[in-house]
Amino acid sequence: MTDVVATNQTIIVVGGGISGMTAALEATETGKQVILLEKRPYLGGRVSQLYKYFPKMCHPTCGQEINQRRIKMNQNLTVLTQAEVANISGNTGDYTVSVTLTPRYVNNHCTACGECAKAATTEFDDEFNYNMGKRKGVYLPNAMAFPQHYVIDQRLIGTAEADAAKAACKYGAIDLDQQVETLDLKAGAVIFATGWKPYDANKIQPYGYDRFANVITNVEFERLMDPHGPTGGKLLRPSDGKEAKNVAFIQCAGSRDKNHLAHCSRICCMASLKQTNYVQEKFGDDGKSTIYYIDMRAIDRFDDFYQKVQDNPNVSFIKSKVAKVEEDKASGNPVLHGVDTEGYKRYANQHDLVVLATGMEPSVDFKGFPVKIMVNDEGFIEQDDSNGGIFAAGVASDALDVNRAVQHATAAALRAVQVVNQVAGA
Amino acid sequence: MTTAVNQAMVEKYKGNFLKEVTDNVEEGSWVKMCMQCGVCSGSCPLGPHWDHPPQELFMMIRANKREEVLSSTSMWMCTSCYNCVARCPRGLPITHIMHGLAHYSKRMGMKPKHQPTEQFGQMFWDNLTKKGRVNELKLGLGLYFKDGFAEGVKVSMGKQKLGLNMMKAKRMSPMEMLGGHGVKDLSGFHAMLKKAEELEAARVGENTDAK
Ligand SMILES: Cc1cc2nc3c(=O)[nH]c(=O)nc-3n(C[C@H](O)[C@H](O)[C@H](O)COP(=O)(O)OP(=O)(O)OC[C@H]3O[C@@H](n4cnc5c(N)ncnc54)[C@H](O)[C@@H]3O)c2cc1C
Ligand code: SF4
Ligand code: SF4
Repeated sequence: MTDVVATNQTIIVVGGGISGMTAALEATETGKQVILLEKRPYLGGRVSQLYKYFPKMCHPTCGQEINQRRIKMNQNLTVLTQAEVANISGNTGDYTVSVTLTPRYVNNHCTACGECAKAATTEFDDEFNYNMGKRKGVYLPNAMAFPQHYVIDQRLIGTAEADAAKAACKYGAIDLDQQVETLDLKAGAVIFATGWKPYDANKIQPYGYDRFANVITNVEFERLMDPHGPTGGKLLRPSDGKEAKNVAFIQCAGSRDKNHLAHCSRICCMASLKQTNYVQEKFGDDGKSTIYYIDMRAIDRFDDFYQKVQDNPNVSFIKSKVAKVEEDKASGNPVLHGVDTEGYKRYANQHDLVVLATGMEPSVDFKGFPVKIMVNDEGFIEQDDSNGGIFAAGVASDALDVNRAVQHATAAALRAVQVVNQVAGA
Repeated sequence: MTTAVNQAMVEKYKGNFLKEVTDNVEEGSWVKMCMQCGVCSGSCPLGPHWDHPPQELFMMIRANKREEVLSSTSMWMCTSCYNCVARCPRGLPITHIMHGLAHYSKRMGMKPKHQPTEQFGQMFWDNLTKKGRVNELKLGLGLYFKDGFAEGVKVSMGKQKLGLNMMKAKRMSPMEMLGGHGVKDLSGFHAMLKKAEELEAARVGENTDAK
């Protein structure tokens, strides 16, 4: 049984992405008892799936490592992975959070030596790479995964392969008898840092994501760049493995649109500007990017970044929301059709690869939430006194970049600390 | 030839064509919601044949290009396929605005000359209002002969088979030539139309009188 102490002075943080880690650490570093719940087998959330960060173009691992160190140093912080919130009840200062823990089948004796994985053969879609590649049923979810422990896919349990993996482990770290557990945890305040999911590109019918191999999304593009990704870090297009030297980016794919997400997802303009740097990084002057946009939204201090990209002769901007994408059968090239707002010229442009700058929607449907909280039309949690001791941190509150998400998470931690201070004082 | 109403409208709106469209064109109040994304223009199957695609027309309205908009052939090209309406991220009823603009340009007497859609529209209206039922034989022949007698004979010969098939399928009767069928209360029907015309005239008048 997993043993966790929780009282009504505990703060529970749901979601272990950059926002959840920040909120949990900020709160625990003021001396509070904090439990961080993450449904994946590792922390870091969607940021861990990016290749590089704007604006400084550093690797996401650098911020991640600092947070991991802080987590290890704090005795008052309990981290539970593969932990999903099943229910929540109660009021400010007195909540009960029901958590379902799914087994990893590997305990913390694991040294990440990888012997168990060598004994395994069956492969499954790799969710870390947005299903673009395969991973084994015994696996480390990503190279930088924290905690650095292997995971055994539940679908292998009961097979000879699982037994072989167990036999291969020299440290006695594999426990195939682990069971699903449910915990009821007390908490004075609860922070939701459950983040986002990419808007489903299949719903944008005219862009043919479901029909054309060479139409991909911006989150998939990030994975192509990663040396540990499905192409080993090469910019190869899916249909024929050809180098994608002429890349089109379609902005607002599913955002700012009554038929899809009504809100501006706010980061996708910056994400595409950043991704033009990737094309340059791979192919130098042979790499060409074209951004099709309604208007570019490189908000406030990102304007410098935007200007630098504008100055790059290998990047063109076409002011037009693309009407539809077709495929040139012979070459497999996507063909973009539309009318350029500057001059109202009709175009039919071929590219090697199309990247849809899909936006962010909340990963959790808060509308059916078990206790009453304010949720806006876009599905994000609104800050409101009537939410009591429940707060949002990061993208659970709105489409934000990492910098803003982290600031927001710090504010959420402060609010939660105030609630448990009141409980303590009463 | 522009109409008296046209002069009155120019006077009234004094260079604020967007307001004029908002007040008088069917669904015209939507024009200000356009964000110039261009997806409508790119989605129009007839797009390559338009002088100005919808997005451009909307910008021209804002830019006070009254003459150019109202005398344009563009909105007459709309076939009501609704592709643009389905895709517009702002939910503009573009198809309806196109028909609204076409109608308004006709009322202002600014419609383009020899525009086939406009000619057919008028022909259809005259045909329908005569008896309250469409006389397909006369309408069809009228359409074929709209560009003169010689051209009409040529087109009619070409469409001979279609006409015969329609007769066989009882979709058209040669007897229609002798007057044709109509509604039961024809004078009631005409009175109704007259009233509607009066109301419409009063509405425009009202607009014109207001400051
Ligand atoms: C293509 C693209 C590129 C981007 N590039 C950049 C960039 O370069 N720079 C930048 O600043 N920003 C960038 N962003 C934005 C950045 O990804 C977000 O700001 C960031 O992910 C927000 O972190 P978060 O912790 O709020 O959410 P997430 O990263 O989504 O983390 C949420 C976590 O909560 C967990 N969770 C969800 N539901 C539950 C549940 N019920 N129970 C338990 N756990 C749960 C999830 O598994 C996840 O680990 C980019 C976004 C996109 C789409
Ligand atoms: S950030 Fe840019 S691409 Fe994303 S929805 Fe807003 S305007 Fe569109
Ligand atoms: S699709 Fe809608 S918003 Fe876009 S240009 Fe056309 S009318 Fe304007």
